[in-house]
Amino acid sequence: MSANLSAIFYLISGVLFILALRGLSSPETSRQGNFFGILGMAIAITVTFLSVGSFSSGLIYVVIFLLIGGLIGAFIAYKIPMTAMPELVAGFHSLVGLSAVLVAVSAFLNPEVFNLGSPGSIKLASLIEMSIGAAVGAITFSGSVIAFLKLQGIMSGSPITFKGQHFFNALLLTSIIILTYLLCTTQSSNFFWMMLAISFLIGFLLIIPIGGADMPVVISMLNSYSGWAAAGIGFTLENSALIITGALVGSSGAILSYIMCKGMNRSFFNVILGGFGAKEQSSSSAGKEQRPVKSGNAEDAAFLMKNASSVIIVPGYGMAVAQAQHALREMVDTLKKNDIKVTYAIHPVAGRMPGHMNVLLAEANVPYDEVFELEEINNDFANADVAFVIGANDVTNPAAKNDPQSPIYGMPVLDVEKCKSVLFVKRSLSPGYAGIDNDLFYKENTLMLFADAKKMTEDITKNL
Amino acid sequence: MEIDPFIFRLSIFILSIFIGYYVVWSVTPSLHTPLMSVTNAISSVIIVGAIIAGLAGNSENFFTISNILGFLAIFLAAVNIFGGFLVTQRMLKMYKKKKKDK
Repeated sequence: MSANLSAIFYLISGVLFILALRGLSSPETSRQGNFFGILGMAIAITVTFLSVGSFSSGLIYVVIFLLIGGLIGAFIAYKIPMTAMPELVAGFHSLVGLSAVLVAVSAFLNPEVFNLGSPGSIKLASLIEMSIGAAVGAITFSGSVIAFLKLQGIMSGSPITFKGQHFFNALLLTSIIILTYLLCTTQSSNFFWMMLAISFLIGFLLIIPIGGADMPVVISMLNSYSGWAAAGIGFTLENSALIITGALVGSSGAILSYIMCKGMNRSFFNVILGGFGAKEQSSSSAGKEQRPVKSGNAEDAAFLMKNASSVIIVPGYGMAVAQAQHALREMVDTLKKNDIKVTYAIHPVAGRMPGHMNVLLAEANVPYDEVFELEEINNDFANADVAFVIGANDVTNPAAKNDPQSPIYGMPVLDVEKCKSVLFVKRSLSPGYAGIDNDLFYKENTLMLFADAKKMTEDITKNL
Repeated sequence: MEIDPFIFRLSIFILSIFIGYYVVWSVTPSLHTPLMSVTNAISSVIIVGAIIAGLAGNSENFFTISNILGFLAIFLAAVNIFGGFLVTQRMLKMYKKKKKDK
């Protein structure tokens, strides 16, 4: 296959990838979008085989590795529970990062195959592109591994900080640039290996100071990095499919990080510099005072809801931890049979990654047109009779609106307190991720339901 | 004077960033998780580089370091491609509309 013809096919698969993302603008078109993505990938892979042309016995190995990888991937895709999506995505990012590094190293060792010159005299532009691809790939890899370990709970979610951390990171970043410069002027492979090693180290150091609560931002950020790494390799290989995809994924991840930061009212740099979870805990223990709360049982809750005409459910990650989403949907079904209007209100950072809560609800057969985002539903709280908060905390805290001293001040929150009555399913009065007390617990119209989310929901259903 | 082909690739890159920006903003927030898993899958198109690396060289000796790295990269990217698209498919299947009767 001629180089020009294959370039056109790569362009087609790039366009199909754009359509794949475009399809996600609504759930109806999304499955078709995914199909376009698969088609684009199939075209890119087929064209690559045809353009290499020489079907040496190496081909067998290529196909074998492709199939083994594919089988493992398919197996994971079918087995993974939806609550573990953040870990899965973090793990997948690390694979993209590592394969970018492997391709870059392979191109560095054997540049003739990729038309980049010969070892020791690689074209300058290719060398720079290769270095960028390899460095960003390495950062993505080690960063994603840390994110994965933190999300899995293998590594503590609390931030790890040390003195002079930012200075040290800045020093390492500068050294990467210097090493790349030296590599370009001397063509010595030693500089390439050193640059690669430091990049792996930076990815590791960048993620360890970031606390568990900020993981949605981290995952989105690593998503973005994996895109830029792919684009870097795309420039090296002069492949437009890779360049287009890299740019798409890079900007997609960047936008998601921005949305997540805004959902928490934190600047991107604030998150990156890390150490959020650590200092808040001290402030919560300082201002502790005993205030009376009203607590109730499943019967009280069922009575309140039976007499309501509209109920808004506010789910948080605690619901997923308790595996209460199916029990919740059953409760809602019973409510709907009694002609009570039920909707769901989702905060942007309700789950542990962007859109996570929507997937969890969809898995529990909640129709997506009953689920609303913060901006869409926030005005409805004033007209609703009951707000049922299950596993959420910080995202309902009115302190974000009226207490400038609060660490979450300015964060967009759900106006739960405007409801006629609020039901709060929680195990105890302990503070949430941000480590701060919630005024809502002590409000006149709040009823606390101290229990496991799943058990409480089942009990309420029985009492309805 | 001729324009360096690099400039054309750079143009593709810059324009794609803009396309990505507008397309991603139009993605509905409820589909942000599938968005991440599908971007994950498509960024594994890096497999084209891995295949070139894996098939490189003559048929007598295809076990150079460069080839082996290519094979490994193919393996990793393949996990991602199949895993990413299939898990996206699985998620998207769960998104259902309200039934007409109730």
